[in-house]
Amino acid sequence: MAGDALTSSEYIKHHLTNLTFGQHPDGSWGIAHSAGEAKEMGFWAIHLDTMFWSLLLGALFIYFFSKAAKSATQGVPGGLQNFVEWIVEFIDTSVRGSFSSRNALVAPLALTIFVWIFLQNLMDLVPVDVIPSISGMLGIHFMKVVPSTDPNATFGMAIGVFLLVLFYSIKIKGIGGFAGELTLQPFSSKNPIVNLIFIPINFVLEFVSLIAKPISLALRLFGNMYAGEMIFILIAIMYNAGLVLGLFGGVLQLGWAIFHILIITLQAFIFMTLTIVYLDMAHHEH
Amino acid sequence: MNINLTLIGQLLSFAVFVWFTMKYVWTPIMGALETRKKEIADGLAAAERGQHEQELAKERAKDVLHEAKAQAAEIVTQAQKRAAEIVDESKGTARTEGERILTAAQAEIEQEANRAREQLREKIGLLAVTGAEKILRKEIGADAHQDIVAALADEI
Repeated sequence: MAGDALTSSEYIKHHLTNLTFGQHPDGSWGIAHSAGEAKEMGFWAIHLDTMFWSLLLGALFIYFFSKAAKSATQGVPGGLQNFVEWIVEFIDTSVRGSFSSRNALVAPLALTIFVWIFLQNLMDLVPVDVIPSISGMLGIHFMKVVPSTDPNATFGMAIGVFLLVLFYSIKIKGIGGFAGELTLQPFSSKNPIVNLIFIPINFVLEFVSLIAKPISLALRLFGNMYAGEMIFILIAIMYNAGLVLGLFGGVLQLGWAIFHILIITLQAFIFMTLTIVYLDMAHHEH
Repeated sequence: MNINLTLIGQLLSFAVFVWFTMKYVWTPIMGALETRKKEIADGLAAAERGQHEQELAKERAKDVLHEAKAQAAEIVTQAQKRAAEIVDESKGTARTEGERILTAAQAEIEQEANRAREQLREKIGLLAVTGAEKILRKEIGADAHQDIVAALADEI
């Protein structure tokens, strides 16, 4: 909370607004002071909080993992190395299980996705008001600390995965093969004229299923995390509603947080697994 | 909840993180894991080989021991046989030696007897000649009939 007493709806809205930097309608550049202002900035604005937290978490991930990798020995591993190796082996097993071609990119990609998303989701377990109140004291009005509740973050990753899917589809099958995959199935006929009629139908079906991949990836993660965050915010509202409700809210928050540990891990895992599966499909004719 | 430049920023940072992970995290860790896996496998194989070799050595030792025992038994048997042979041999030698000594003694006795008989015969001849000389002293000289006396002595 940014200091002053707010109504519930203001409180919620406040929590759901990113710290946006962009061009004001009057032409000057700066940070938006309200959700409305942020909206008016249009596409050429950037969410400083999302960028900051995701980069910070990504840097943490990179730091610890590359530290473990640098000192990786074939001898008896130490604590950090053991932990990192455990995750790496878990990812490696998942990739081996779902990805049947050979591609040196997929496993590191899966590792990055899993750990990065997990860390982003983990920010959800920090009580909703802690970091915003600290930043509020520092004069920053808006602070959304969970990057994966920002569709920009989830779509950013999903589009990255989608670009890889397109790239490998074309690389492995050729443009013709990829186009054929989009147009010559599921309906096909021996009669060339009937086949010609099928092409647009097939294309619509296949194109939708192709586009559904990144959208479902991004929206699934975003939806889960946004909903989870929303529930934390609603529970936090109870703290202002008297002692009994406040205590009850504390219990609820604890319960939801424990349940959320499962969700954040599961969402990271689902995103990773689907990425592997989509890339595997891109490597295969079917 | 606006879609804006953040999307591009996230996309780029995602790409950078993936690239970094691929280059500096995944490869060295997998390398270390592979090396360790290989080392463990090698160690296990070596242990197994050692065990196998030990078993073989045990088997060989048993064989050697068995052979040694058999050899020892054979040597003992041979020695016993040889001892019996030696005893038999010496028995035989002793017997022949005794017989030889006996024969030699008998021969000597016979020789001695012969010699005594000869002496006796000579003495008897001499006696006879002496007797005859005494008888014939008057008419016949001993010198004149020497050849007859010698012939007589031979005949006896």
